[in-house]
Amino acid sequence: MLPLLVELPPLPTLRDTAFIMPEIILTLFAGAALVLDVALPRSKKHLTAYFSLIGLAFVAIALAQQVAMTASLLPISAFYGMLFIDGLSVVFRFVFIVAAAFSILYSIKYLEFEREQRGEYYALILFSTLGMMFVATSGDLIALFVSFELMSLSVYVLVGYFKRDKRSNEAAMKYFLTGIFSSALMLYGLSLVYGVTGHTNLGLISETIAGYVQGGTAESGDPRLLLMVALVLVAAGLLFKIAAVPFHMWAPDAYEGAPTTVTAFMSVGPKAGAYVLLARMLLFALAPMREMENLPGWAALLAVVAVLTMTVGNLAAVTQDNVKRLLAYSSIAHAGYILLGIVSGTDMGYQGVAFHIMTYTLMNTGVFAIIIALHRQGVIGENLNDLNGLFSRAPSAAVLMLIFILGLAGIPSTAGFVGKFFLFGSLIQSGKPWLTYIAIIAVLNAVVAFYYYARFARAMFLNAPSENIADASPLLLAPSVRITLTLSAIAVLFFGIYPQPLINVADIVAQSITTVYAQSSGIALR
Amino acid sequence: MMLSNVFFAAEPAQLFFGPIGLLSLVTWLPLVGGLIVLLFDKRRADLIKQFATVWMTVCFLVSLPLVVLWNYDVRGLQFMETADWIPAIGAKYQLGVDGLALTLVMLTTFLGPIVALCSWNYIEKRQKEYYALLLIMQSFMIGVFAAVDLFLFYVFFEVMLVPMYLLIGIWGGERRLYSAIKFFVYTLVGSLLMLVAVFKFYFTAAETVAKYPTEVKAAVEVIVGNNAPMRGLVLEGVELARRAGVAYAARAGGGSDDDAAPLGTFNIYALQAIGSARDAQGRALIPLSLQVWLFAGFALALAIKVPMVPFHTWLPDAHVEAPTAGSAILAGILLKIGTYGFVRFNFPMFPDASMHPTVASVMATLAIVGIVYGSMVALAQKDMKKTIAYSSVAHMGTTMLSLFAFNPNGINGAALQMLSHGVTSAALFILIGILYERRHTRLIADFGGVVNTMPAFSAMFMIATLASVGLPLLNGFVGEFIGLRGVFEANIVWAFWGTTGIILGAAYMLWLYERVFLGAVKNPKNADLPDLSAREWAYLTPLVAAMILFGVYPKPLVTFLNATTEVVVRQMRPNYFGSTTKAGEEQAAVSPATSDTAARD
Repeated sequence: MLPLLVELPPLPTLRDTAFIMPEIILTLFAGAALVLDVALPRSKKHLTAYFSLIGLAFVAIALAQQVAMTASLLPISAFYGMLFIDGLSVVFRFVFIVAAAFSILYSIKYLEFEREQRGEYYALILFSTLGMMFVATSGDLIALFVSFELMSLSVYVLVGYFKRDKRSNEAAMKYFLTGIFSSALMLYGLSLVYGVTGHTNLGLISETIAGYVQGGTAESGDPRLLLMVALVLVAAGLLFKIAAVPFHMWAPDAYEGAPTTVTAFMSVGPKAGAYVLLARMLLFALAPMREMENLPGWAALLAVVAVLTMTVGNLAAVTQDNVKRLLAYSSIAHAGYILLGIVSGTDMGYQGVAFHIMTYTLMNTGVFAIIIALHRQGVIGENLNDLNGLFSRAPSAAVLMLIFILGLAGIPSTAGFVGKFFLFGSLIQSGKPWLTYIAIIAVLNAVVAFYYYARFARAMFLNAPSENIADASPLLLAPSVRITLTLSAIAVLFFGIYPQPLINVADIVAQSITTVYAQSSGIALR
Repeated sequence: MMLSNVFFAAEPAQLFFGPIGLLSLVTWLPLVGGLIVLLFDKRRADLIKQFATVWMTVCFLVSLPLVVLWNYDVRGLQFMETADWIPAIGAKYQLGVDGLALTLVMLTTFLGPIVALCSWNYIEKRQKEYYALLLIMQSFMIGVFAAVDLFLFYVFFEVMLVPMYLLIGIWGGERRLYSAIKFFVYTLVGSLLMLVAVFKFYFTAAETVAKYPTEVKAAVEVIVGNNAPMRGLVLEGVELARRAGVAYAARAGGGSDDDAAPLGTFNIYALQAIGSARDAQGRALIPLSLQVWLFAGFALALAIKVPMVPFHTWLPDAHVEAPTAGSAILAGILLKIGTYGFVRFNFPMFPDASMHPTVASVMATLAIVGIVYGSMVALAQKDMKKTIAYSSVAHMGTTMLSLFAFNPNGINGAALQMLSHGVTSAALFILIGILYERRHTRLIADFGGVVNTMPAFSAMFMIATLASVGLPLLNGFVGEFIGLRGVFEANIVWAFWGTTGIILGAAYMLWLYERVFLGAVKNPKNADLPDLSAREWAYLTPLVAAMILFGVYPKPLVTFLNATTEVVVRQMRPNYFGSTTKAGEEQAAVSPATSDTAARD
């Protein structure tokens, strides 16, 4: 019995069902969306989108019931430790819901325009969200893997959603083949973890590994070596999903080829899901392997990956002219920054991770929403030059875009700065000299990033409008999208100027990470 | 006696205004104006111009009470405001000005209406955005000087790059895109590396004050003197840092930690106290090796801003390409942030590193190279604006050299030079802008004999030139004289080179004047240039009046600056004012760091 979890009842009860109420509602709505698609006539298909949004609203309400549970900071287990509800899972499930809702909202007009308005699109987004939500609540390797695959498989289909578009097909194929390969690697790694520890429960794994790392049982050789192999395999699978170097090659192609709305979704939702899984594996199950005697811990490995990721991402982004590819590289770079928070291993770092993921969701979907609005027949809006003179054509869209871009660049007074502030600061807070060097590399990276983000500002505000006839037509911004974008922009500025409320939320995540880890290693030491 | 400072205060016995007071008003009023401009119809350009100018003037008038209500009996900050901002990291919304900051705030508000007025004809496209950005920029610049919280300072310091980038990039000259991004990237490299140093110092400060609370409190007394409200403000910051430091120690020891503890303090004066505190043996609490790195981190950002050679290459590009108002703001105010930062951060926070012989001589050498190189290059320029741009490099070199004399004269002189250069270089850029509006060229070779057609303009230019050269009875002289006197006290070789700068300055400025204004009109296009219009008179008169006024009677400025300077010198050299005999002075001239090294050797 895992002592850190609340005592289990003999059978799954109604109490346990209550914990997965948001997921149950989401499953029902996702299934219903598929059925609804068949029932609706062609001209009414877009109603599925609104139906899905209503579903997400119900999910959010159901999830709000669990907020009170995070106050105690102690995780609650359900279904015999299969599920695991703590601050991290509650906060991130909200992030997933927001990401999914924004993606759906921004897709409606776009799909209409592309004549691809079908209900299964929305159903797939909902299923993918369901996968992410289970990732955030799983406390067991099997549950984690299955929910992770549910998330991924839905996105593979979404990337290839434009079945008449060659680029979309190509991107889906690339993403799918490399994706399942990395999943297989991860599964192999997970099986090794199970083989070494004999458990699939994250808490028990953590406890057992802590024992090994302390040098407890070594009669059959050093189990840490096998664990290292497992660690590398699991990490490879996860780093693939967050597009960290050297597993990033798929991202620019997939981002470019995928329908822009899917790109927007991929860059925030599933990515955040992968971060959660990464946090669960590294900061909980494999937490004792952060630093080991005579062996490199995962902190050192991850630090190398983080530095490579942000450097390669930023340098590659500088030369891009395609907005979607540029943002793909920029999101690679951001993955690097976020990994820094995990490497630092301090409260401040975890706060930074949570804060940055939350605000990145707002900023990145915002940028994509404007690009979606610029879209004309699959050509225009994807090149940086298509933004030329946007300010004179559509001042409000340009100003919104500027706010999101400044946020991504991390200019003070935007939320992006606060996230980076916490992430970079945590490296120095840790007090380790090598992390200070990494912080210096990170800020120099931020300068490179400023350079290419400034290209957006230059195109929109400084350059004259390009002489393209299609440019003159109004933007595809529905009132609902416009309002959502304005609210996100206000949020980006508000949390940049007064970040304390969001820091408190991020702190819930940080506290739940440290509490769980402290409990498990504390037990192991006894 | 403190009553005079209280304007809107709820409790009259305080220098505090509570969370929102006069200084907030001065800081944010321009931004409000900028947002109002955005609501205007962009076709009504005249209305926008007039509104922006009137608003800037109102902002200047609103800032006048800062001077009128100034309490000369109190050391340190006045018009303090404090409010919680981000408790998690201990950042607070804290504003306040001491003598140095006050004069720089006043310089900024003074130049505001002038730069708005001088743009009326120069800016022909997208006026609405232009004046909005000008007003927004104004807020951020005032904020930099008024911030008492390092986090707040940093926010202003970096966010003002955005309006400046747009000002250069949209309304600049031929190579505006290149210059704008160069300016942006240059400043950013510095400010982000400074951020790393800020973090390091922030965490180190917390750990230090947890170990040596009494020493730090003694250092606080040096800063605050008789200013009781400021003592409260600074001690509050020190206490935040102490709690944070205790929590770190508890966490490292595996004990239970104080979850409510912030991560440290960003209060600039609390950090100054921690940086300048010394133990019983007179050693700084923060080890020299670390101080040097922190110094380097801050100094790089500030040296780029100043700009010191070799980080100056952004300046000629940005100055030349920027619109007149942009150049005036850059030269008049933005460059001052660099030197201000040295006085505010580097000197009091890392005194031993600043005064370390190697560091000081490297900085002084760079300053001297800047003086000589800047002057030489200024001589060789064909473009008037470039001449003035390089003259800024030289003048700021003199300012930096004066700072690194580390004595009251040097620092006072440097501060005076900042103010006078702010007025003079802004005036010169604006004057060149007037010529450019008429002829659409800035090449020296295109002019000659302008004095025949534009006598009043030429007279104005002459005054500005002489002020820049440092003629007695004009503002440039006071700062350079006092500053170089300070340098003479510290190091005669540096002073020699510093004086060279004045001679070279006279050479390039007067030669420029000769080629542009004197002689006969050679180019027929210059034959019928109209002289100053009423609008031009309106904004040149205050500039020239300021040059003459503070040249003839600099005492008010010196009074403001003295208190700040004295505190900075006390923080750096605790014994400087202690000894009165001549021998004692010489003793004190040797820095503690030097004597330490000497003792160890």
